[in-house]
Amino acid sequence: MKKTFLKHEHFQQLLDALKEAGFACIGPQVRDGAIIYDTLTTSTQLPWGLRDFQEPGSYRLEKTAEYKAFSWANGPQALKPYLFKAEETLWRVKRDEAGKFIFEAEYAKAPAIAFIGARACDLAALAIQDKVFIEAKQIDIRYQQRRESLLIIAVNCTYASKNCFCVSAGTGPKVNHAYDLVLTEVDQGFVVQSGSERGAAILAKLTLTPASLLQIQQGALEIQQAANMQSKKIPFNNTRALGLALMNKLDHPRWLDVAERCLSCGNCTLVCPTCFCHSERDKPSLEATSSEHVREWDSCFTKGHSYITGKVIRPDTQSRYRQWLTHKVATWFEQFDVSGCVGCGRCITWCPVGIDLTEELSAMVEDFHET
Amino acid sequence: MLQDYPKPTLAVYKFTSCDGCQLAFLNAGVALLELTNLITIIHFAEAGFVAPTQAVDIAFVEGSISTLDEITRIQQIRAQSNYLITIGACATAGGIQALRNFAGSNNWLKDIYATSDTIDSLKTSYPISHYVKVDTELWGCPVNTAQVMVAIRSLLFNAAPQVKRDSVCMDCKRRGRVCILVSQQQSCMGPVTQTGCGSLCPGLNRACYGCYGPSENPNTQSLGAAFKKLGLSDVDVARQFHHINNQAPAFHQAGNRFKTIPIWVA
Repeated sequence: MKKTFLKHEHFQQLLDALKEAGFACIGPQVRDGAIIYDTLTTSTQLPWGLRDFQEPGSYRLEKTAEYKAFSWANGPQALKPYLFKAEETLWRVKRDEAGKFIFEAEYAKAPAIAFIGARACDLAALAIQDKVFIEAKQIDIRYQQRRESLLIIAVNCTYASKNCFCVSAGTGPKVNHAYDLVLTEVDQGFVVQSGSERGAAILAKLTLTPASLLQIQQGALEIQQAANMQSKKIPFNNTRALGLALMNKLDHPRWLDVAERCLSCGNCTLVCPTCFCHSERDKPSLEATSSEHVREWDSCFTKGHSYITGKVIRPDTQSRYRQWLTHKVATWFEQFDVSGCVGCGRCITWCPVGIDLTEELSAMVEDFHET
Repeated sequence: MLQDYPKPTLAVYKFTSCDGCQLAFLNAGVALLELTNLITIIHFAEAGFVAPTQAVDIAFVEGSISTLDEITRIQQIRAQSNYLITIGACATAGGIQALRNFAGSNNWLKDIYATSDTIDSLKTSYPISHYVKVDTELWGCPVNTAQVMVAIRSLLFNAAPQVKRDSVCMDCKRRGRVCILVSQQQSCMGPVTQTGCGSLCPGLNRACYGCYGPSENPNTQSLGAAFKKLGLSDVDVARQFHHINNQAPAFHQAGNRFKTIPIWVA
């Protein structure tokens, strides 16, 4: 597909075209000191000239000299809350006048979303969530409805935070999953490319010029710089070999060591873009004439997660942390034929005590060699 | 259920407390009217029902035990109640007034009152469970309407109420709140505090101060160490735990530990 150039000052045209095509625009903006995704109506809401500085257990935004909209890595969430809702009613039940139960399924209500600013790691994670919710035997109808109408405007990363390790995870920083449009930000604007008919139809409505060779080269260089900035690595480049090595270390003393630091608060799992665990509960009305069956995000760090017929299978932090990490990078392969880690670094940044999974993994598999 | 009434009976008893938890009922609005269709209120002094010694199916107890008379009264209430639920930090963990358990209460009395002759109180404030068997504990300072109504609905189904004790963080993340500990370095107690409040304070950019008591598996040592890295002294960290739920075992022990750690620890 040919590459075109969209000037910064024409970004609003993109939002308008998406709106006209019937999409609700969701895009990055600043709230409470972080970059979050919410309804985007004007291009002025974008985090112009801001950059995130992330370290284990720490996140702050600072102004940069450049006036760019996407010169940051990521925030606490991206696509996950828009497809796999944090809390959602699955079905409702009520009694009719004869006292008989009437069940009613719940469907997705939100309008079609154009998600602006999905990064390479976010799209790698989306591919995994698709496996969980729509490529499995049981299809999640609400996820499927939202997914099918989702329009993806991806952005190649031109900056990596200190906690990013997508290069070694094999997911970025260049987008390598399906998108409708992909942008690479350079001086004065974006090199734009469409990846679908829907994307091309949107592009047709914008004031574009052909991208110059210089702009295309600058874009490629900036993406390469984002790759070069990364210092963290996941052992064995996130392959099955890592899983194999880790499953041979189930009795490693490091599990106890990390359990002494881990708060078992669940933050890592809830910011992880691939974690899909949830619990379900019923919300009967006080008079018990109706009830709703609700699903909400859960975590392998809760007691309820491993409660099975009268027994909590993983009562302590050591067993819970081990469950999370071994599932994420080892048994995930057996389940989904891919690692559950996409290298976004969110679990490192948003852990209140800054536990770094790349360090924990390295400590446990450092002496393991493939045979 | 008791046979004398067509509907299950309910009572709300008050001990040493601020009365705030009883507002979970009084502020319930329409739910309070619906509730009176389902149950008969036997005793609830603040709402105008007074029958303190009558037998009851569901007893809600607010407040801690801080006088001799209250020990006798809670034993009587336990004997006359089928199912006893404590509501709030006072009834469930002794409340803020239990800070006196750490100090000589006689000295405090002398400092505050002209004569202590008229004061009849124990040297300690303890939760209800210190004296009688409690069937369900609802944490919070104060508890909210949803907590008490869910518990009542569950009992009306003849099922023991299920109280989730996951961390407040879970609620923050579900509600899309940006973590104020990570992004603002506030000493937030959310990671060791039980859910139930809807992560009210972090939602208002204010650190959680643990009013819902310890979560199910709290790592107070690690969080306290993280607070020290943010610049809190050992005494400051101890105070985080020795606050509204200072007698809850996990917070009680954590506070004591940080109180006694020498300042030179790296």
